[in-house]
Amino acid sequence: MAPSDVTLKAEQPRAAAERSGEVVNDFSIQVATVNGSGSQSANSVLLKSIFAMGIPISGKNLFPSNIAGLPTWYTIRASKKGYIARKKEIDILVAMNAETAKDDILSLPTGGVAIYEDAANLKQYREDVVCYPVPFDKITAVVCPEAKLRKLVKNMVYVGVVAQLLDMDLATVEAALRRQFAKKQKAADLNWAAVQAGYDYAKASLTKQDPFRVERMHANEGKIIIEGNAAAALGCMFAGVTVVTWYPITPSSSVVENLIDLLKRYRVDPDGKATFAVVQAEDELAAVGMVLGAAWTGARSMTATSGPGISLMSEFAGLGYFAEIPAVIFDIQRVGPSTGMPTRTAQGDILSVAYLSHGDTRHVMLLPGSVKECFDMSVEAFDLAEQLQTPIFVLSDLDLGMNNWMTEPFSYPEKPMQRGKVLSADDLTRLGGFARYKDVDGDAVGYRTLPGTDHPQAAFFTRGSGHNERALYTERPDEYQHVMERLARKFDTARKMVPAPVTVVNGTSKIGLIAYGTTDFAVTESREQLKAEYKLETDYLRIRAYPFTREIHEFVAAHDRIYVIEQNRDAQMLSLLKLDLPPEDAVKLRSVRHYNGLPIDARSVTDELVMQEGI
Amino acid sequence: MATTPTTPTPKPAPAPKTNRLGLPILEYRGGKTNLCAGCGHNAISERIIDAFYEMGVKPERVMKLSGIGCSSKSPAFFMSRSHGFNSVHGRMPAVATGALLGNHTMKAIGVSGDGDTVSIGMGQFVHLLRRNLPMIYIIENNGVYGLTKGQFSATADIGSKLKTGVINDLPPIDTCTLAIELGATFIGRSFSGDKKQLLAMIKAAIAHKGTVLLDVISPCVTFNDHEGSTKSYKYMQEHEEAISEVGFVPHFEDIAIDYDAGSTYDVEMHDGSHLRLRKLHEDYNPTDRIRAVSSLMDAQQRGEVLTGIFYIDTQKPSFTDLLNLVEEPLATLPESRVRPPKSVLDDVMQRMR
Repeated sequence: MAPSDVTLKAEQPRAAAERSGEVVNDFSIQVATVNGSGSQSANSVLLKSIFAMGIPISGKNLFPSNIAGLPTWYTIRASKKGYIARKKEIDILVAMNAETAKDDILSLPTGGVAIYEDAANLKQYREDVVCYPVPFDKITAVVCPEAKLRKLVKNMVYVGVVAQLLDMDLATVEAALRRQFAKKQKAADLNWAAVQAGYDYAKASLTKQDPFRVERMHANEGKIIIEGNAAAALGCMFAGVTVVTWYPITPSSSVVENLIDLLKRYRVDPDGKATFAVVQAEDELAAVGMVLGAAWTGARSMTATSGPGISLMSEFAGLGYFAEIPAVIFDIQRVGPSTGMPTRTAQGDILSVAYLSHGDTRHVMLLPGSVKECFDMSVEAFDLAEQLQTPIFVLSDLDLGMNNWMTEPFSYPEKPMQRGKVLSADDLTRLGGFARYKDVDGDAVGYRTLPGTDHPQAAFFTRGSGHNERALYTERPDEYQHVMERLARKFDTARKMVPAPVTVVNGTSKIGLIAYGTTDFAVTESREQLKAEYKLETDYLRIRAYPFTREIHEFVAAHDRIYVIEQNRDAQMLSLLKLDLPPEDAVKLRSVRHYNGLPIDARSVTDELVMQEGI
Repeated sequence: MATTPTTPTPKPAPAPKTNRLGLPILEYRGGKTNLCAGCGHNAISERIIDAFYEMGVKPERVMKLSGIGCSSKSPAFFMSRSHGFNSVHGRMPAVATGALLGNHTMKAIGVSGDGDTVSIGMGQFVHLLRRNLPMIYIIENNGVYGLTKGQFSATADIGSKLKTGVINDLPPIDTCTLAIELGATFIGRSFSGDKKQLLAMIKAAIAHKGTVLLDVISPCVTFNDHEGSTKSYKYMQEHEEAISEVGFVPHFEDIAIDYDAGSTYDVEMHDGSHLRLRKLHEDYNPTDRIRAVSSLMDAQQRGEVLTGIFYIDTQKPSFTDLLNLVEEPLATLPESRVRPPKSVLDDVMQRMR
């Protein structure tokens, strides 16, 4: 089954053929290949070529939980309006996987385009699709005499075919390709020959019958392309992380893999000594335990994981909360429950992370909605962790983390590192001692000391058991409750420090939309659809953190109906909001959910909203 | 010249005995214990206090770590001037690993129990051994879960009997053979009632850099000190069999006594201290892992509890050595050392265009 939620021909909503004339810079391409066939380079060249032509693009890798042999799809969306959500309909199919080719072509809308191996004869399945059969194997055999390389080189042939059919600038394609193979001149030449062969074949033998083409724009000047996990890794390095622990898990591994590369390059002293430690732990329990141990000594420490790892970290998360130890934990969300679909995306850990661990536990969550925020919020997470002395969870997802996104370049952190309330030996001499868990400043955050502080009164005893202000063991009702009440007040301090939401308000709309993370892309596009197609004006608020800041309460209060749009089955963010809002506002909340493992798209949001609005 | 008559000054009270730092032993004490009177763990806490005092280690340079259980409470009962961390059940190794990454200049001592280490904590314990994390790991081994009122642990011997009459029919896990196999570099067993041996072993442990695993039989007076128990005071008094006599000469003391090279191993330690191990067993060799394991298994078969230092390797790099860290603690490196300049970000951005 192709990874499209449009699989039945009869249900095709908006077909490309209904549009008249040319369609410029507004289409999606889906390349269907076999996992492990080396199509990544070809797709990357295609994506970067369109990007270099100044056209807004986004690329998504829909891959199986498998090393080689299973079907995989790569979709590229070009959008002159700058929409970068997944597009529900596929306009151009490149069917390179014989096993899925029939399903793939059946998933196209009427008027869609199919490029496929001549021998597959896909035309038999669809009379209403523009078909471009290409003898890929024959073309490849000519340009690539070495048989064992043909499987890889074949992919470049479709780049050439697509480039010709879309009227792409061949010099731009060559530049992208040469950059891709920058250090491998021979491979670059071979692959370039394949692109040219594909291009030449299309020019000589295919008659253009579809409306799609590209035209140079200037929308991407100064922009870069980066994956969310690479952006987060970069943020961690500039946050000054010193201790990194991890247990490999899809889709979070590339956060740490990218970080290791960066640290080795930029954080080794001239004498070869490292200003960081990275440990691949025995499991996620150990990974987060190490983070807490390191943070207890004052180190900026982090780990990255996904849902199953989050479940395992539960007990330590409670310790971090109760013993008040900083930590930064990345959760690159994937589809659950249980093992779920490890290579598909979701926003399904919101509730479990907010309350991770037993007893009265609550955690601060940051919710990046772009690669730029993956960077910025990584820096911010470390500051907040030390300022609030508590674990900070950064909830990204597979879609953001493992896909390529265009972005403005990142800005260097403005603030110096915020290390929070730490007493030195001199402070202790001046103060004559301290009580670790006493609220001295009225913000419910106490002062801590670090092991190794050279003062006889520096030490205190950290424990997850009941403790009083002086960090001494207690089972006294009043002392326990005193600590718990302060922790609740500390959450209110957090409420004032976490990133505020981003709002788009026109002042007249009675309908408010709330979303977070990667749902933003679909909602942004859906709002335009609602306006253009249904004359429905909406206001919009994107949540960027938990606990909820004042602006979120105000937004809900100011609207009649609120649609909370998210990528999970159980309306998790809506549930959290309900707990936080006064009853008269909680009843305004309605839910739009998308949870089939594919990134949410605008059309699904629009259709569901229109239905619920009864338009 | 002053003419005022001088009154004879009273003779000063004798100064309390101090160590080489000038600290009295009082500065190494902890909070009042709330473990049972006669608990072996209290005796071990006393030896820890004596050892750090006698070695002249500044308490502020020590981190105390533990998991959960009676044993894990004990870090609160020694060395109050050291930072302590009573973490979660079976997970002290991870916390200790993190703490030593954050500050590898500190001495770390972990106290755990047989349940905390060998049952719930086995997953992390074996990796700590494998990493040769530079810390002292003491198992206060009594063969039962004390805090939950006396269930068997995984170190209980086959045939050992609970107070309720229940007989253990599963084999014990031997932490010492395990540690030898997995790469710890200082492995010994002692008995909480053997003051002299235990003190010498902890002092030597302080001088070692690498994982020190000390399995200390520490009878539970409430749940496992009866007839039929193999972890009772009586059983240990009858069955303890030392493999060697442990002598320790710290680096700041003169080595005055000669030793007989035929019967005694002299091991020079990282800090220049000397460990003198006098053979009590015919084929004892503390640098031979295979013999060490063989001796342990042999004693086990004979129903004897072998004590002493079984294996030591002073050359193998510790986990923090392998990480090739800067000299200073990572935890307190200033911003200028850990946040690369703007030019680095510009460089990375340029490569992504």
